[in-house]
Amino acid sequence: MSKAGENNRLDRRKFINKTVRYSLAIGVCGVGAVLAGKASKGELVWQLDPAKCVQCGRCATNCVLTPSAVKCIHVYDMCGYCDLCSGYFRVNTKDLTTGAENQLCPTSAIERKFIEDPYFEYHIDEDLCIGCGKCVKGCASFGNGSLQLQVNHSLCVNCNQCSIARDCPAEAFSRVPADKAYSFKGFNRDELI
Amino acid sequence: MKLKLVDISYKRILYFALLILLTLNVFDSAAQQRFPKPEFETGHTQPPTLTPEPRAELLEIIDVGVLILSLSLITWFILKKRSRKGVFWMSIFSIVYFGFYREGCVCSVGSLQNITLALFLPEYKIPVTVIAFFVIPLIYTLFFGRTFCAGICPLGAIQDIFVIKPYSLKSWANSLLGLFPYIYLGLAVLYAATATDFIVCRYDPFIGIFRFNGTFFMLVIGGIFLLTSIFIARPYCRFFCPYGVLLNIVSRFSGKHMTITPTECIQCKLCENSCPFDAIQKPVLVNVLDNRRTTVKRFIQLSLIIPLLIFLGGWTGSRFHENLASVNPKVRLANVLLEENNEINEDTQVEIDAFKSSGNTEGKLYSEAASIVKDFYTGGWILGGFLGLVFGLTLAGLSRFQYRTDYTPNKGTCLSCARCMDYCPVRPGKETEFTID
Repeated sequence: MSKAGENNRLDRRKFINKTVRYSLAIGVCGVGAVLAGKASKGELVWQLDPAKCVQCGRCATNCVLTPSAVKCIHVYDMCGYCDLCSGYFRVNTKDLTTGAENQLCPTSAIERKFIEDPYFEYHIDEDLCIGCGKCVKGCASFGNGSLQLQVNHSLCVNCNQCSIARDCPAEAFSRVPADKAYSFKGFNRDELI
Repeated sequence: MKLKLVDISYKRILYFALLILLTLNVFDSAAQQRFPKPEFETGHTQPPTLTPEPRAELLEIIDVGVLILSLSLITWFILKKRSRKGVFWMSIFSIVYFGFYREGCVCSVGSLQNITLALFLPEYKIPVTVIAFFVIPLIYTLFFGRTFCAGICPLGAIQDIFVIKPYSLKSWANSLLGLFPYIYLGLAVLYAATATDFIVCRYDPFIGIFRFNGTFFMLVIGGIFLLTSIFIARPYCRFFCPYGVLLNIVSRFSGKHMTITPTECIQCKLCENSCPFDAIQKPVLVNVLDNRRTTVKRFIQLSLIIPLLIFLGGWTGSRFHENLASVNPKVRLANVLLEENNEINEDTQVEIDAFKSSGNTEGKLYSEAASIVKDFYTGGWILGGFLGLVFGLTLAGLSRFQYRTDYTPNKGTCLSCARCMDYCPVRPGKETEFTID
């Protein structure tokens, strides 16, 4: 092969490379620009909609974190401060005492505090809560529904695909803008402020 | 004891009375609570409901900035400074920053699924940072080779520090295993496009390690990959990574790719075995070029069977569309509801109950599932056809010889790790000493 022919071949290859390179660059940037046009403005976070939640217990088991980033959050404004709290006590509890055999919570994460007759206040210890939703179910079926499952965003690592959302039977998880990270059923935080 | 029971049943009656009152809608909607909040006489103040804030948005934007800066820096280390040390410290940085500090999500590898889903599902909202993490490494690779793989991708960087005693693989093994990322990419796109699942994220091997927390399965897979990396360098990057497929293709057209030698190759063969990824191409012997005519003939013959392979692949893919679709939760639920007399385990029962309480009709579910299965039929054809094409091109590529006199990095598979540079005796300052005219 002559030197000139070799040079020609190299030039041709270079030209093809260059053409493909710039068209690929334009293509990739174009796709990026088109998607950016319809992209969400801010960051998105996972939100659990308690209105859809069926308290199946998968939040406790399916999160990539152990314990789960889903926690029970107590909306005190909705709480009736009941003595016989259906979120705290098992059904058919004979004595309303804090004995472990009476508690619905498997990790004893709910603290029951006497306020004044006949009212009691219930605190969730987030370090103990595993997000199983047993108390939520109890509170929703006989009480006000002030105990609600929510994604705790100081713990959530915001996975690209939430492994709880993937297996949620009620499709209660969705990605929302960060300012709407929490959603409470029957209660609007903004109205209060 | 009896007294206590009576006491409780008295309370129960009270509850029922309240419940009935509620159902009668005596309360207006604003105070729709079974037990209204008490007015405390002792002046008790209720604690606030705590809602911890998510990670600040500014930090996400900073992440993109750090990505661009570190990519520029590592590219400078590779192309200008030709420093393996620089690349090594950059990988340590990205393991610490993108891996342990940022905890891995979202990464460029996973972002390709978000991009796919956003392209196929118009209502899907994609954050701008995810687009940035997808586009920026591609653009850098298009101009400078796979410098992103060299040490910015935390998944690659963590495997790279485990490369201790790499063994070279036979070229047929490399080609065969090199097909797997295409299958993985095809499946990832199929499942993302049908909004079924993000399988790349589900089977991400290192995320658990970065978070010091994860399922047993995740950590075991991660450990296996890292241990394998001691002997077979970067197994995930070479034989699994679906984003690597895109970077591989794009890198072949890169403008300023890394070179082994700073000036001209002196054929000293010192770099020959230096690449742990088998990405150094040896000079092509002249006698191979001699029967150019036969190789060209073989190349054409092999290329002719590509359309056949595409069709065969597509046909096979479409045969399996129901199996592929059965991963989709909607399709799975519809299958369970349609099949009679099958044993329903507790997990499935939870899903059936949730569906029944959601108020959706079975008819709607069936029609949705049917349309998903139909999508999978089309997807099966495309996936199979794509794999047939890749298989055919790989076959044809085996008989393709390019005239080469020097040791050069394979622009597609070279990860720009800069290891080979240290083996090259040629120094940029002393070019005259070795120049052969």
